Amino acid sequence: MTTPTEQFGEFYQRDRTIHPAAYTPGYKTSVLRSHQKALISLPNSLSDITGPQFSADELGALDNDLILNYAHEGMPVGERILVHGYVLDENGKPVPNALVEVWQANAAGRYRHKNDRYMVAPIDPNFGGCGRVLTDKNGYYFYRTVKPGPYPWRNNINDWRPAHIHYSIQASGFAQRLITQMYFEGDPLIPGCPIVRSINNEESVRGLIAQLDRNAFAAMDSMAYRFDIVVRGSRATLFENYVQGAK
Amino acid sequence: MNPVSTPVYLKETASQTAGPYVHIGLAPKQAGFDIFENNFGNVLTSPETKGERIRIEGRVFDGSGAIIKDVLLEIWQANAAGRYNHPADKQEDKPLDKSFRGWGRACTDFDSGVYSFETIKPGSVTGRNGKAMAPHINVWVVARGINIGLSTRIYFSDEEKANAEDPDMSSIEWVERRKTLVAQRSEKDGQVVYTFDIYLQGDKETVFFDV
Repeated sequence: MTTPTEQFGEFYQRDRTIHPAAYTPGYKTSVLRSHQKALISLPNSLSDITGPQFSADELGALDNDLILNYAHEGMPVGERILVHGYVLDENGKPVPNALVEVWQANAAGRYRHKNDRYMVAPIDPNFGGCGRVLTDKNGYYFYRTVKPGPYPWRNNINDWRPAHIHYSIQASGFAQRLITQMYFEGDPLIPGCPIVRSINNEESVRGLIAQLDRNAFAAMDSMAYRFDIVVRGSRATLFENYVQGAK
Repeated sequence: MNPVSTPVYLKETASQTAGPYVHIGLAPKQAGFDIFENNFGNVLTSPETKGERIRIEGRVFDGSGAIIKDVLLEIWQANAAGRYNHPADKQEDKPLDKSFRGWGRACTDFDSGVYSFETIKPGSVTGRNGKAMAPHINVWVVARGINIGLSTRIYFSDEEKANAEDPDMSSIEWVERRKTLVAQRSEKDGQVVYTFDIYLQGDKETVFFDV
């Protein structure tokens, strides 16, 4: 008899060398918010290989259109862009029905948040700065927005974040849960950013940089960027295992 | 897909901190504005949900002992019978509760630093070797200063025997550290409350898992 986790593949062990460490003193806030004791490694159980399921009817029609989803009196100001790509797992397989949530500053680098301290940059009355979308059966997602501006922050006295869009991804299993940030090709602020540099792996940093995608431009309307996301893969998919499991 | 045709594995996308304004994307009302018709939140139950209603609440502390007020937490749990609402859970001897997704999201309050969830106490899930796992709730913690989301678990103070026999709890070699995962049960105004504080760093550091 097979147990539930033998029947369905567990995730590949997470390769921690491709991720930032918890303690990265160049990013000052990490100093008091990083664990000092080793993580305890657990073999995957049902608790990890399962996760919340979302359906399209939970999202609104404009949830993936940041240009329109807070446009009260007119259009937001800024470079109009489309961002699109695929969510894949480590096996290269598309991840359908993944919840992708994004948030960002406006074109001036100002966040719509009660704690934002960059008060000299204006709030855009027509820009909220968040959106969400479920990947389709091919793992594909897209949303429309304005390109965010760079943003100063209190780390070193003159640190500026490169333009970035925050991403949250929930694929099929809770152990795939991931939050990251997407940067833009060619931004000269990327190499000097302490948050980017929390990652001690050049290939990983390249993986966070969206590429200008001329083929997806909409003529006389918007530019486009391509950003693919890779989440943890498992030893076998649920469907394949279900067949093999001789239930 | 035939694995022979894909000999090269892709690398997982690297994590980055959620930052101080994580609420904009994941809890816009807390950021101070209303945008989505349907918001994800910290109430996991509906009137139809089966099981004992519980409230989980706590605070998150940094290495100086300060309460952190910009944390976002998510929980994932089985239903009252110990089954996850997910197709990979094939414990068919246990009923599925369609009125319980098993997932919720909460933020620590900007003033008090307290987070809370309204949920039900989960049943025992069958573990890897067919052995029962003690009732538990999976927790994921992100915030400014946290470069990669932290995974931990909430166990329950009134499940002493099950906790002692839990395969994962027992795999923590340092017996004292196991206690950091046990939420304390109390009653407030007739409601069952479990208190679960999280210590990111230092002597009282919560056990975090690499799952």
